[in-house]
Amino acid sequence: MSFLLRRLAFYLVAAWVAITLNFFIPRAVPGNPVAIILAKFPGLSPEAYKALGQVIGGTLDKGSLWSQYVTYLGHVFSFNFGTDLAQFPTPVSQILGAAIPYTLILVGVATAIAFVLGTVLGILAGWRHGGWLDRALPVLMFFQAAPYFFIALILVYFLAVQHQWLPPGQGFDASTGVVQGWNWAFISNAVQHALLPAFTIVLTSVAGWMLQMRNVMITTIGEDYVVAAQAKGLSRSRIIYTYAARNAFLPQLQAFGLAIGFVVSGALVMEIVFSYPGIGYNLVQAVQNKDFPLMQAIFLVITFAVLVANLVVDAIIVFFDPRARAREAA
Amino acid sequence: MSVWRNLPLKAKIGAVVFGVFLLIAIFGPIFQPYDPGFAPPDATLSLNHPSAKHLLGTTQLGQDVLSQLLTGIRLTVILALAVGAIATVLSVLVGVTAAFLGGVWDDVLSLITNVFLVVPALPLLIVLLGYLSTEGQLSTIIVLAGLGWPWGARVIRAQTLTIRNRDFIAASRESGEKTWRIIIFEIIPNEISLIVANFVNTVLYAIGASVALAFVGIANLESFSLGTILYWAQDNNALQGGAWWWWIPPGLAVALIGTALVLLNSGIDEVGNPRLRASRGSAKIAGRRVWTTDPTPVLAQLTASRGRVGAFLHSFSRSSLLDETPAGGELR
Amino acid sequence: MSPILEISDLSVVYRTPGGDVRAVERVNLELNPGEVVGLCGESGSGKSTLAYGATRLLRPPALVTGGSVRYSGRRITSGGAPVDLLTMNHHELRRMRWREIAIVFQSAMNALNPVLRIHAQLLDAVQAHLKLPRAEAHEKVAELLDLVGIPRNRLRSYPHELSGGMRQRVMIAMALATDPEVVIMDEPTTALDVVVQRDILAQIVELKERLGFAIMFITHDLSLLLELADRIAVMYAGRLLETGAAQDLMRDPAHPYTRGLLNSFPSLHGARRELAGIPGSPPDLRDPRPGCPFMPRCGFAVPACSAVDMALEPWNAAQGGTTQLLDSAHLTACPIVTPEVSQEGVLS
Repeated sequence: MSFLLRRLAFYLVAAWVAITLNFFIPRAVPGNPVAIILAKFPGLSPEAYKALGQVIGGTLDKGSLWSQYVTYLGHVFSFNFGTDLAQFPTPVSQILGAAIPYTLILVGVATAIAFVLGTVLGILAGWRHGGWLDRALPVLMFFQAAPYFFIALILVYFLAVQHQWLPPGQGFDASTGVVQGWNWAFISNAVQHALLPAFTIVLTSVAGWMLQMRNVMITTIGEDYVVAAQAKGLSRSRIIYTYAARNAFLPQLQAFGLAIGFVVSGALVMEIVFSYPGIGYNLVQAVQNKDFPLMQAIFLVITFAVLVANLVVDAIIVFFDPRARAREAA
Repeated sequence: MSVWRNLPLKAKIGAVVFGVFLLIAIFGPIFQPYDPGFAPPDATLSLNHPSAKHLLGTTQLGQDVLSQLLTGIRLTVILALAVGAIATVLSVLVGVTAAFLGGVWDDVLSLITNVFLVVPALPLLIVLLGYLSTEGQLSTIIVLAGLGWPWGARVIRAQTLTIRNRDFIAASRESGEKTWRIIIFEIIPNEISLIVANFVNTVLYAIGASVALAFVGIANLESFSLGTILYWAQDNNALQGGAWWWWIPPGLAVALIGTALVLLNSGIDEVGNPRLRASRGSAKIAGRRVWTTDPTPVLAQLTASRGRVGAFLHSFSRSSLLDETPAGGELR
Repeated sequence: MSPILEISDLSVVYRTPGGDVRAVERVNLELNPGEVVGLCGESGSGKSTLAYGATRLLRPPALVTGGSVRYSGRRITSGGAPVDLLTMNHHELRRMRWREIAIVFQSAMNALNPVLRIHAQLLDAVQAHLKLPRAEAHEKVAELLDLVGIPRNRLRSYPHELSGGMRQRVMIAMALATDPEVVIMDEPTTALDVVVQRDILAQIVELKERLGFAIMFITHDLSLLLELADRIAVMYAGRLLETGAAQDLMRDPAHPYTRGLLNSFPSLHGARRELAGIPGSPPDLRDPRPGCPFMPRCGFAVPACSAVDMALEPWNAAQGGTTQLLDSAHLTACPIVTPEVSQEGVLS
């Protein structure tokens, strides 16, 4: 079977595990989620109870465990995530729909910038210009090891509180009267609010990508074909880019694939710091409000997104590596 | 110990710094001047700047930040070490078993490992802790350990596979040694540096994850771990209010512990894998920096371009012992 | 005729924290135009270090500690004095590399860029030095494949899509891309099976006859050199032990090490005899003992061997030596073994 098909099968298995975990966790934990909800939201209607039961089971749902499971699976595949509790009776999918674009744009753009910038810097650092890097290594490691939200706090402190250059939080400034939607006023406002979070994400993750790429470059430069390229008397830029970097890029892509989960997790916490209305922010709100349907739905959405991203990275690797392409066709 | 001597400088720094925090974790709270949770009724003690009475100032409620910091270091470090220990044991168990037994066992265990690797950990942690009670630290420890083992398991499995195929293992098997004895006495000793590196990595992950979770409020908010201190600081607008003494010390503590572990880990990696030591972009030869991509240096040219002052200064360095007598005719 | 490449007194060390590893110690070697010189020795003898050190392709911690490498190709010197590779800077070296001195690496699979097609890699070699217009360059690349007998439709292949023999041929074609004067071949056939080896070697000889380049052929296989090389140099522990015409070495090996090597492989002709290896192992190059490095393993060793200065002297062939080519001196570093000493175990 081709490589990509096998990866897809694996991701489907992982997705199934995530869905099943989602199903069993509320039903398996000690304590009684149902009681918590009843305590917090005493005025729920019978329809709400029924919808809730499908999500967390317990005493609210009749029928065997298996039939509950099947119903649950059916709901997931039809994107029916139930009704939100905190903002009853808004359907969960509506809340998701509002939050996802914010996260997608922020995390997508910031991660892409960090990856590209880090990789390019890593290429340069690995070749010859890395003298300064070796000296700066401890500082970079500090940035890598410090909790990213701490760096975020510092940045917010200096840029938004002390000097008020950028807004300290939120997705956009409602007080200015802008209306959400595809109008310039809103978009520019939103971009302004996204700048600091994006900058923080880039700052805290660039060092990691740069170090990773630099290490791969150094290993690649030790390969025979780079020595051969030097023996051939090729120009320095040709050797760096077409012989070393082209090959070093493949392990770098693989590292990116492995790190997608971490990248997403980091971005989620970043949203908290900035009160940025993405799905991370909503997730934590949901936990604090014991809003289980929303909580579960967000977890599934995040997981699916990560799996899809992994599959995309796999496809890109196949595209760039002729040996993988050969295996793919086999 | 020869292990200590072989560690590069950065690893020693990391080990020392972490050792300091470990000491603070064990003995610190004994010296704390106040009960960290004690909130004096006196309102004038709220949000005080650092002073002689409160070396790191006070919180919104008048609690002493220094005392909270000491308790926080203890809680966070102990928790992280516990998670590291449990997760490392799990990693070794799964990794070695999968590699050693092979066949369908390997397939199943690898599948489980890979699935847990690809599913994003933090959202799952949040959901799990959202349902579990957050009274003590135990649930956090269990959940973090339960999701922290896959990375190490993968690495250990790969290493065990290479060792397993080596001749001395086959020899042991032929001579009839029991499987568990082979695992404990022959395989694991060869992977010690890998296991230690894995442990350090897991502790690092545990610190990061537990602080992140506490910061977003998914932890026992009554306790005073470094993450919860940050949570309360954020919740009370310490940032905007300018109460830097409340959130900078705990954040800095986390950053320093994390950096120490990263440094320590990179050193352990180099000891276990000697090739990494050579993986720098350049080397110092005859006192000059030479890049791997430069043409092979020629001694006469290196010393010639140094000049007399340079040669004089270079003669003090250890590498000068290895130089041939230069054209200047200096005797050594 | 003056040599096209003259290595004089070359010493190369690897500078490690534990001390200098003396990989090449004061080696003198000449390569005349159109000649095949075989460089023979076991692993760790320094033969590759010698070649790569001379062309300055070794990576740190390698360091050239003495000597000169003089090149006399007309394109560079225009009939004037030879240039010393050891004094060149990065740019001068780049111009010289491949155009004048090309290298065929040992493992073609490792020496070819895995993500580039063959024609792109050949094109690189051509255009780095010749700067031809596009159409001409493409035609030249295709001709190179013709030269080594590979069908042109393989131009768009990746290295992993070719067989081992084909890859090695590509390496040879690439080495000849800019018509060099010297081609260094580092164990080019070691990784191939015997039949393919035969073909490649025949190809190399034919190309050499046609294009007229000199070859420095590095191998551990002395039997191969006896057929292929004009002159042979035997290396051990970083030092040259013996040099001379291939036939001379074969008939009258002067140094005990060379004798040992000749005794180590069987002959297809002649009487069966017991194979003798050379007991022991090569010395630690970090702490070279004075005198001859082969002494601990030598059957003829006497205490005076530890004071030998390892200079190559003509072997006294007047007594008992057989015919030798007049302009190819048979030199040895061993003053102990003379033609009077009984010659046992030599190929008959």
